Amino acid sequence: MATPHTHDQHASHGHGHGGYDPHGSYLAAKGGMLTTIRDWATTIDHKKIGVMYLVAILFMFFLGGMFALAIRAEMAVPTTLQNGVIHGQLFQSGDDIAKGNNIYNRVFSLHGIIMVFLVIVPSVPASLGNFFLPLLIGAKDVAFPRLNLASWYIYLTGSVFAVIALVMGGVDTGWTFYVPYSTMTEEGHLKVVWMILAAFILGFSSIFTGLNFVVTVHKLRAPGMGWFDMPLFVWGIYATSIIQVLATPVIGITLLLLIFERLFNIGVFDPRMGGDPVLFQHFFWFYSHPVVYVMILPGMAIISEIIAVHSRKQIFGYRAVAFSSLAIAGIAFIVWGHHLFTSQGEVASVIFSALTFLVAIPTAVKVFNWITTLFRGSIALTTPMLYALGFLFTFSIGGLTGLFLGALSTDLHLHDTYFIVAHFHYVMMGGTIIAFIGGIHHWWPKMFGKMYNELGGKIGFWLVFVGFNLTFFPQFILGTQGMPRRYASYDIVNNPGFTFIHQLSTAGSGILALGMFVHLFVFLHSLVMGRKAAANPWGGLTFEWTHASSPPIEHNFEHEPVCTHGPYDYDDIVPANTKPGEFVLPTPSPAGARHH
Amino acid sequence: MATIDTHQHGAPSTGPSTGFDSRPYHERYKAASHFRDREHEFDAVKMGVWLFLSTEVLLFSGMFVAYAVLRFLHPEAFVNGSHYLDRIPGLANTIVLLLSSYTIASAVRNAQLGQFGKLKLNLLITNLCAIAFLLIKFIFEYGPKIAQGKLPGKLFHYPGAHDPSEPLWWGIYWAATGIHATHVIGGIIMISWLLVRANKRHFGPTHYTAIEGVALYWHIVDIVWIFLFPLLYLIH
Repeated sequence: MATPHTHDQHASHGHGHGGYDPHGSYLAAKGGMLTTIRDWATTIDHKKIGVMYLVAILFMFFLGGMFALAIRAEMAVPTTLQNGVIHGQLFQSGDDIAKGNNIYNRVFSLHGIIMVFLVIVPSVPASLGNFFLPLLIGAKDVAFPRLNLASWYIYLTGSVFAVIALVMGGVDTGWTFYVPYSTMTEEGHLKVVWMILAAFILGFSSIFTGLNFVVTVHKLRAPGMGWFDMPLFVWGIYATSIIQVLATPVIGITLLLLIFERLFNIGVFDPRMGGDPVLFQHFFWFYSHPVVYVMILPGMAIISEIIAVHSRKQIFGYRAVAFSSLAIAGIAFIVWGHHLFTSQGEVASVIFSALTFLVAIPTAVKVFNWITTLFRGSIALTTPMLYALGFLFTFSIGGLTGLFLGALSTDLHLHDTYFIVAHFHYVMMGGTIIAFIGGIHHWWPKMFGKMYNELGGKIGFWLVFVGFNLTFFPQFILGTQGMPRRYASYDIVNNPGFTFIHQLSTAGSGILALGMFVHLFVFLHSLVMGRKAAANPWGGLTFEWTHASSPPIEHNFEHEPVCTHGPYDYDDIVPANTKPGEFVLPTPSPAGARHH
Repeated sequence: MATIDTHQHGAPSTGPSTGFDSRPYHERYKAASHFRDREHEFDAVKMGVWLFLSTEVLLFSGMFVAYAVLRFLHPEAFVNGSHYLDRIPGLANTIVLLLSSYTIASAVRNAQLGQFGKLKLNLLITNLCAIAFLLIKFIFEYGPKIAQGKLPGKLFHYPGAHDPSEPLWWGIYWAATGIHATHVIGGIIMISWLLVRANKRHFGPTHYTAIEGVALYWHIVDIVWIFLFPLLYLIH
């Protein structure tokens, strides 16, 4: 039990084409090209499903990123009419400025819809969560593997619907689908319905993934693993899954009513018929605010893993970090009104403002615990660790500027400006995406059995980090100076200062994109000619490092693992960078006698 | 630790052959390989079903919130609207659904006790009730209303409307009952699937997970109607 038996990697590749080998890598081909494609398309292996999600999500990230670059290009040289001459013609066709502005509306809407519904919401849970949740708790698979595969195909279907809407000309509703934009623009055209249906279908994918994970965590933990022996990644994904299950149905009914509204004008959200458009906003944010935490909690979950493993230290305040995830999930459901400060009653706004500040408490608990974990740790500045440190920096800015917006008086000034844009990009991009990329690097050796180039990873990090801050920090300044969001243009004659700040931001977006392509190159390079990864390259103590080979075998573990120590007991156990089979645990302390 | 058979899925088993296993499916049935045993799997599935039902409850609660808000804004239209609804088919449907909830609960019991004939009979009655619900709905309610033009939103063309917000009422009526009816259709598909499997003797005292899950779903469909009936038909 103490010395997990891990088979020799080299032998397994030899079996690749010779038929099915239960001890081979999950990546090993089971036959020719067609067999392999069929195998992946019908697989119920959570690892393969996770990898397919990862590829799809990264592709969608690329697509959404292209729209983002288009937005930045327009804002650097905005279309303006000066002395009868049109300047900056990015989205122009002929002399019609309004037409170009319409295209701009579509571009930022598509950027938002793709990034929120197709990238950030599924990003960490569906890819890394799918791959690592069962491994981290010592299970062979998620509780419902076929539901998991169904969930993947539902995601694909939703993506296809979104692409159909895009091909039909795209929508200009903004990602929030606010009425009346979503019900009255381009009446009679079905593309808005396609896009709303896409979001509706993606909701099912989200619900099924969340449901699957909740049951998996409850029912499939390895023998000996109590709730407080779970790695913090599992806690984070668990809290996320609960929000997914409880919030997504509400957007389901909202989007259904919106489709009925669009097709039959049933009037629920239409004041001309006696309905209430603010009701839509309440419905929408009752889902979409909790979903902000669906986006950030998995990012936080990754950071807890990276910081503990790469500073080789017991996480400080394990229970506080675990419970803060649940606290965030709980508070998530009572703060939606802060998106309606300008449309709801004053008393409601005051109450929601006060509740909003509560979110800062569990969030700060996490940040302080991570920093304290670093204290006197033996910090290895690997690419994942750099991303974790970058996360602490950017996420803190994102979180603290959220307080400016939660306070009613300052929100009055900052509402609907670039300050909002900067704030949520610091949280979503500077939080979730930064953590996601860090997590991909952290688990890359385990997923594909190859090391990535560390220098390449670090160059990528610095480009992304500098590019990100250069893109979005100037937008805080723009916002405080009154630049409204979602505008295709601004007065470059009377506001020459705006132009410079916008151009700084655009320059940053270029550096950011370059950093992303460096990462893409490093990943492809690793797949083709990367050094073979050891089972435990970082010296982690959780099951995926100690009990599974890199990459894991089809059934994850040769023997069902038993939990004998806490996930971060670095005080007792000093793992070396071991080869498979050489990892030795000291005499296990009895269950329950652990440090946290 | 050794209870998990690593060879169970993947290629057809080449493990020790015991010849043709003549026991019925529900006795032969082994849990999926990532579960310890059938009971472990049953617990997990049941938990999953309950979570799914909580999403159903939340879906309909959005509908009920919309009903409450709009009723608060336009009480006259809603009072008026409920007078248009015929309580007799509504009541008949309530009885039909309650009966079907009883029969599907009995079906679970039959499976647990190995009463295969009664199991099939109860599932059949449940399905007939579900179909009866839809028939009553379409013949006595939806049909006449479509003919009279009592339709949602812009499709509304009923000449005798008393209140300008009446199209809104019909919007709520059609959305709520339509989404519920869709769930009934989903139930019919699942119960038919159970019937086919029950006919093949897939269920018995040791394996009735699917019946339990569908029964729980069917109770939720029933309960939603128990709320819709008074809210739409009875309250004036």
